Amino acid sequence: MIRTALVIAGLGLGLTAVFANSNSIGERRDTMKGVGAATRDGAAIAKGETPFDAAKVQAIFKTYADAAKKMPTLYPDDAKTGGETTASPKIWEDQAGFKAAFVKFETDATAGAAVTDLAGFRTSFGAATKNCGTCHEAYRIKK
Amino acid sequence: MRRLLITLVVFALLGLGGFVALTDPRVVSPSPEIGALPAPDLDNGRLLFAAGGCTSCHATPGQDDKLRLGGGLALGSPFGTFHAPNISPHTRDGIGNWGVKDFVDAMASGVSPAGQHYYPAFPYTSYRLMPPKALADLFAYIRTLQPVEGRAPGHDLRFPFNIRRVVGGWKLLFFNGEPFRPDPTKSDEWNRGAYLVQGPGHCAECHSSRNALGAIVQATRFAGGPDPEGKGWVPNITQAESGLGKWSKDEIAELLKTGFTPNFDSVGGSMAAVVRNIAQLPEADRMAMAEYLKSLPAVQGPPRPQKPEG
Repeated sequence: MIRTALVIAGLGLGLTAVFANSNSIGERRDTMKGVGAATRDGAAIAKGETPFDAAKVQAIFKTYADAAKKMPTLYPDDAKTGGETTASPKIWEDQAGFKAAFVKFETDATAGAAVTDLAGFRTSFGAATKNCGTCHEAYRIKK
Repeated sequence: MRRLLITLVVFALLGLGGFVALTDPRVVSPSPEIGALPAPDLDNGRLLFAAGGCTSCHATPGQDDKLRLGGGLALGSPFGTFHAPNISPHTRDGIGNWGVKDFVDAMASGVSPAGQHYYPAFPYTSYRLMPPKALADLFAYIRTLQPVEGRAPGHDLRFPFNIRRVVGGWKLLFFNGEPFRPDPTKSDEWNRGAYLVQGPGHCAECHSSRNALGAIVQATRFAGGPDPEGKGWVPNITQAESGLGKWSKDEIAELLKTGFTPNFDSVGGSMAAVVRNIAQLPEADRMAMAEYLKSLPAVQGPPRPQKPEG
């Protein structure tokens, strides 16, 4: 009886681990999709396809800053593999560097929220989105 | 019995002789004719240096100056670990003592000044498409860069791949030393793109799967496959549905400039460095590359491993 209970408890723990794992992977994917959508809006403004709008621009940088805060928490040890993750093992080998990359992203995003015109936006949007490539180069595998 | 033994020895010697003759660097990969060259065009050299991504492998790792070509970067492969050599113009440790012919031989034939084969981890299989004039421009540009002292560690390869002579057999099977020939039925833009993508850009070297001997499987050229360096999957860049079929020419050129896909995902891994290099080319060249890529027939690559559930 006790053994059965233990086995069930063990299975439960195992399942929770599996779910925790896929939750983190799904959540970081969704967060990054949000960043991508914000970048689409930003690129349209930077290219002059849509007019500069301070509120919209602030929303873009807020999406970035929120993502920068949230992302580093979504890589627990049990979410290294699974799903369609393209997370590189380097994230767990170099946690300090990984977190520092997001601190820089957040700083650049926060600085961008203060822009008042298109020229300023182009500069800070460029600076903020530079972080995409730098971070993906180091911490993401090819897909 | 004795006759049999002699026959065997004779055959073994013939076989060895044949191997030695056929794997001779000059036999399997003869030097291209250089002829008389005009004064080098440094601007073209700089452009080819960016298009070729030389710095991605040869820049000294762990420092920010991408024009310090001290080498040393480790490149993993199923055959062992390669170390990119020093190609700075340092006279002792780099290529400072080389002449134009040495450089052309290395890039177009995969042969070192000492007459040895280079391993095809160095993509001379693609670079050979650059004609001697272009290679001379590139060489002249590299010679303007800073000499860097120090040699990179040697390659660390499994037997029998650690025997350079074996590369002769590989070349015999897989190496074609022809330079790029424009297709007169296609536009100038297409030809420029074909040259950049297949030659200096060496896109197929990563975006194709390889056979057990490490040669590109020609039937699925550009159709992606497992990352030769280990983890991950290199995307299909043919016009397949799963490749660039739905991408416009502008979207391909945009990715090559900014690293953003049409969904505003940003490319990672070694493609990030490729984008940094290709972003230095004129917009017309990126558009030409896109024009060529849009003309590649849709080819399915090897199937991706089953996604784990979760």
